[in-house]
Amino acid sequence: MSRKPRLAVFKFASCDGCQLSLLDAEDELLAICDRVDIAHFAEASSDLQPGPYDVALIEGSITTAEDAARIRRVRLDSKFLITIGACATAGGIQALRNWANVDDWVDSIYPSPEFISTLSTSTPIAQHVHVDFALHGCPINYHQLVDVLVALAEGRQPRIPSHSVCLDCKHRGTVCHVVARGVPCLGPVTQSGCGALCPAYDRGCYGCFGPSVPANTSSLLNKFRMLGQSPDQLVPLLRNFNAAAPEFQRAADQLTILRSNDEGTPS
Amino acid sequence: MAQTSAVLFFSKPRLQSLLDELRTRGYCVVGPTIDQEAIIYDEILSVDELPRGWTDEQAPGQYRLRRRDDDAWFGYVVGPHSWKKYLFPPKTTLLSAEKTANGWEFIPRADDSTSFALLGVRACELAAIRIQDRVFLDGPYQDPLYRERRQRLFIVAVNCTQAASTCFCTSMKTGPRCEQGFDLALTEIDSGFLCDVGSDVGQDVIAVCSAVEATSEQQQSAASARQQAVDQIERRMDTSDLPGLLLGNLDHPRWKEVGDRCLSCTNCTMVCPTCFCSSVTEIRDLNMDRVDRERSWDSCFNPDFSYLGGSLVRNDTASRYRQWLTHKLDSWQNQFGTSGCVGCGRCITWCPVGIDLTEEVAAIRETSTP
Repeated sequence: MSRKPRLAVFKFASCDGCQLSLLDAEDELLAICDRVDIAHFAEASSDLQPGPYDVALIEGSITTAEDAARIRRVRLDSKFLITIGACATAGGIQALRNWANVDDWVDSIYPSPEFISTLSTSTPIAQHVHVDFALHGCPINYHQLVDVLVALAEGRQPRIPSHSVCLDCKHRGTVCHVVARGVPCLGPVTQSGCGALCPAYDRGCYGCFGPSVPANTSSLLNKFRMLGQSPDQLVPLLRNFNAAAPEFQRAADQLTILRSNDEGTPS
Repeated sequence: MAQTSAVLFFSKPRLQSLLDELRTRGYCVVGPTIDQEAIIYDEILSVDELPRGWTDEQAPGQYRLRRRDDDAWFGYVVGPHSWKKYLFPPKTTLLSAEKTANGWEFIPRADDSTSFALLGVRACELAAIRIQDRVFLDGPYQDPLYRERRQRLFIVAVNCTQAASTCFCTSMKTGPRCEQGFDLALTEIDSGFLCDVGSDVGQDVIAVCSAVEATSEQQQSAASARQQAVDQIERRMDTSDLPGLLLGNLDHPRWKEVGDRCLSCTNCTMVCPTCFCSSVTEIRDLNMDRVDRERSWDSCFNPDFSYLGGSLVRNDTASRYRQWLTHKLDSWQNQFGTSGCVGCGRCITWCPVGIDLTEEVAAIRETSTP
């Protein structure tokens, strides 16, 4: 490419953690600036240049009518659109509202609820516009982000592994929590990306990087049920940062049906 | 090799002298120790780090550490780690290249200087090392790192005196008795260790233990301790129609059924002491001045591993499970002249959902289409 690709970063409903991981890439930041031209990144600079952009990084989910309109404008302005993180890719933790009454929540949380105007759902970017590439994680792994940016500049495919967290645990020599301790761990159905961090620190995987391919949630949940875990314990495990990722959503919804059956709710 | 036929005996504290001697000779001694609620393999400096008085209880998809009634030093079976991590490390840089004024300069991997002494290698694990020897050393293309580490390897085998419910080495004819491929082979009894010497180096090293010829009484106790392991093995795999059975039943409905249970999480292949698949990736630094060629353990259960010509060749779990099992038990024979399975049972224990290959083979045989 004769000229450096123009990069823009846009924030929607999110905590800013994923875009901050770009600033956290301190050792690589100067080299990144040699490869891409950062044209619009409010977190880093008030010099916000107008589009069109070659690459747009999208953080956050869609929770307001304004944002639903704004993402369409961003899409029109961007050649290649990448969602970064669990919010943009799967709706984020705020997608828990999808199972609740959002007005009740607003009333109970905000002292002046009349100033809040929000949609009843939190939805991933891909439900609104075409997404060219998705980076998973809560937050994303900045090494993966750097690889995606360099891959774009070089015109090659990014190297983002899609295998389960288990493979990383085995590389590190971490002993399986499900097998050795009977602890529910989402590692076998979660995509790699964190390097199997939590299992190395004595906890099961929380599924931050979302469902792996394939995510055989029904087989794994059967196992957890055999270990004595009730749907009441398993539903929150799945309804977390990636609650609205289709595989986790389906699995948790099925568990709630089981829960009602367990409680003997008349049909 | 001048092999002694006499079986030797030394008292338990003398094992520390053996460790010290191996370290003096420049070996990094690795052996069983307790970590993360399991008996794993790691560097051992003192016999106090051995899992004395502990054992493992295993079942499909389940492993628990348990206290023993006695103070046995090697009173466990096999755990989540295998010795392959020392000969075929999970991640290695094979080659690097750096940009210079005159073009790319290739930097070969530095010779590996680590000498490992493995302490506590079971018969099934000796068999696994023999199988990986064929994979990495036979034929025109040898793996240099494996070769360097293998040539310097010192093996202290330990005979099993008990078996787990997942063990089936007797079916695979790999154990439980350590018969070849070791420098020293120990059998633990209450009063100490009986020791078979398997190499000249072993003969040389054992001198520090002040070992004496074992009495017939000690030999009798060792024989009955080893027999206990044989008697405890309940799991069986009928190998009479292998190879052939699985490759002759590629369309068997059981593949779909096991595919529904399988998580495709790669655990079985990672814990398997013979699985050898890896991926090689070239990683460039951001300034494009340096490239590292990295090899890391990969798995046929990883969908991306079958990415060929723009698409996934094995795009569903059933086909990936079928690929693994037919290779392990069937086509491995044509490729390497041996089965790929040693009957250690790790893939059964460490499958989070407890898929048992002996059951899968039996189910396919039951309704096989000849």
